[in-house]
Amino acid sequence: MHTPRSTYASRGAAVLRHLTTRVAVDVRRRENIAFGVLAIVLLVVFPLVFDVFRLNLIGKYLTYAFVALGLVLCWGYGGILSLGQGVFFGLSGYCMAMFLKLEASDPASTSIQSTPGIPDFMDWNQITALPAFWVPFKSFVFTLIAVPVVPGVLAFVLGTAMFRRRVGGVYFAIITQAVASILSILIIGQQGYTGGVNGITDLKTLHGWDIRTDMAKRILYCVNAVLLLGAVALSLSIVRSKLGRLLVALRDKEERVLFTGYDVASIKTFVFVLAAIYAAIGGAMFTLQVGFMSPSFVGIVPSIEMVIAAAVGGRASLFGAIYGSLLVNFGKTYFSESFPELWLFVIGAMFIVVVIALPNGLAGLDLRSFATRLVLRAQGIRNRDASGPKLVTGPAASKDDPKLPPNGAGASGDAGASHA
Amino acid sequence: MSAHLLEIDALSVSFDGFKAVDELSVNVDVGEIRAIIGPNGAGKTSLLDLISGRTTPTSGHVRFKDVELTELREYEIVRAGVGRKFQTPSVYESLTVFENLEMAYPDSRSWWSAWRFHRSPKVVALIDEIAEVVYLKDRLRDRAETLGHGEKQWLEIGALLIQRPELLLLDEPVAGMSVVDREKTAQLLVALSKGRAMVVVEHDMEFVKKIAHRVTVLHQGRVLVEGQMEDIQKDPRVVEVYLGH
Repeated sequence: MHTPRSTYASRGAAVLRHLTTRVAVDVRRRENIAFGVLAIVLLVVFPLVFDVFRLNLIGKYLTYAFVALGLVLCWGYGGILSLGQGVFFGLSGYCMAMFLKLEASDPASTSIQSTPGIPDFMDWNQITALPAFWVPFKSFVFTLIAVPVVPGVLAFVLGTAMFRRRVGGVYFAIITQAVASILSILIIGQQGYTGGVNGITDLKTLHGWDIRTDMAKRILYCVNAVLLLGAVALSLSIVRSKLGRLLVALRDKEERVLFTGYDVASIKTFVFVLAAIYAAIGGAMFTLQVGFMSPSFVGIVPSIEMVIAAAVGGRASLFGAIYGSLLVNFGKTYFSESFPELWLFVIGAMFIVVVIALPNGLAGLDLRSFATRLVLRAQGIRNRDASGPKLVTGPAASKDDPKLPPNGAGASGDAGASHA
Repeated sequence: MSAHLLEIDALSVSFDGFKAVDELSVNVDVGEIRAIIGPNGAGKTSLLDLISGRTTPTSGHVRFKDVELTELREYEIVRAGVGRKFQTPSVYESLTVFENLEMAYPDSRSWWSAWRFHRSPKVVALIDEIAEVVYLKDRLRDRAETLGHGEKQWLEIGALLIQRPELLLLDEPVAGMSVVDREKTAQLLVALSKGRAMVVVEHDMEFVKKIAHRVTVLHQGRVLVEGQMEDIQKDPRVVEVYLGH
């Protein structure tokens, strides 16, 4: 500790250069490439290849990708498993649906009701005036604010209450699941105020703009894709920062973080709130693209499906989360159409396979090292056939290729080593 | 201003009626390495838990530089200048040695400032220096999971040093270490005790003899004897608790 101050900075700079390994730089570059590829796939390939019907379906899948993205930060990085992300998805979806429903329920088009001007399901339930909590949703500005704020505040209250009391791990997961269950029961039970089990349906226009037309669907898909890319970019900036490494530290040894002087509860609350807001953006975009909202997107089952999507993609991979959501939800559509009774078995099997064989999900599949192994084996067989010692040069050398990172897609904290 | 850096005064904690620490009073001064020894269940780790805020005392006081620690949260106690090392090495396995040390630097501790955090060459140089002190200079780029047991213990000590604590609480710092590593750790702790106080819980008497200025023997949550190691080893009461009947 006797280094003179003047040489301090240069010594630090030298160490920093030493630390900025090729692998770290490579991970960063690969993330940038992955981001570019994702942008092209979402904004160019999908809109060009698919018709409006398919594109709209993909748009729906991508709303779940917001949830999965939040889960990657919260669970994959921070180690906080929430089994209640459907709550945040649903709450904001309902906020958006309430606004659209009020717009669709103008007195002219509801003139046959006994109370014109209120949503149809209220009329069916003998409600004669708009409930007070519906009134603010006549304002589009209020709705836009409520979409992230309502779920965000709920997550903040839940997170603060539990993390301050050191509720974590399985107990936290169970409580979030209970909240999901409570909310869906509440929505179903209060049919007159919420539309009950059918949800809020027959949504037509957003500020007079018909959201059911092909053009509107294309535009909404693009808005959704751009928002998703924004969320990915924001998440990347977190993952690459000290905050990202702090989340990994929390996952590894929470108590050590606490006894290093960090207010662990506030950091955990932050990432939980962020995940909730991501889910909320997804929920609002879901309502706009699909045209309705119902309790079946709020409860335990959808919440767990979202966790499985994140796990399949790779729970610590931001890009994996998006491809995982696409894959799992495409599978859901496909199997539900063709073999409806098989879907639950398929998703269960998918989860088991991921847990046993692919703990890092699809993102953990190291295709290049797999290919190398195959080539090596093939060569080994040929060598034996040739019955003579032969130098295995090609594929073996590629193992030491500096471009190859030591393990899988850069899913962990080592990405941060280049953050200077 | 009180005379001692750390004053523990009539501290008690009971778990379901069992008194793990019972009316305990100990003072520790700057520059001192205090060893806490005693048979299993004597309350050694409980005492560290009480100082660092991991458990709340039933009664009594812990004063550190005239700050009452029993009223603070864990992270506030750390920020007041008390560092704590756990019995099992606790490092962040998925992060590199450098990142482990950087995480301990007492700066940008809120989520927002951690997000905005930028590495400054000064901090990097400090980390490099500390890594040298704890024998890990060549391992900065390696993930902590690749370290050996002893190296993990040193990494944790290094992380504590970066916090610049005035009081270091070490729970069995040489448990599971080889003889050579124990020797190196002893040298390390002696070098580090300058300008700060250390409380070390340890079973290895040879190690205690090497480092401790004073030794406190606990038995059933109370102070049995306090003094120099040579005197303590001869004390018939200590011999009795250790060897039993």
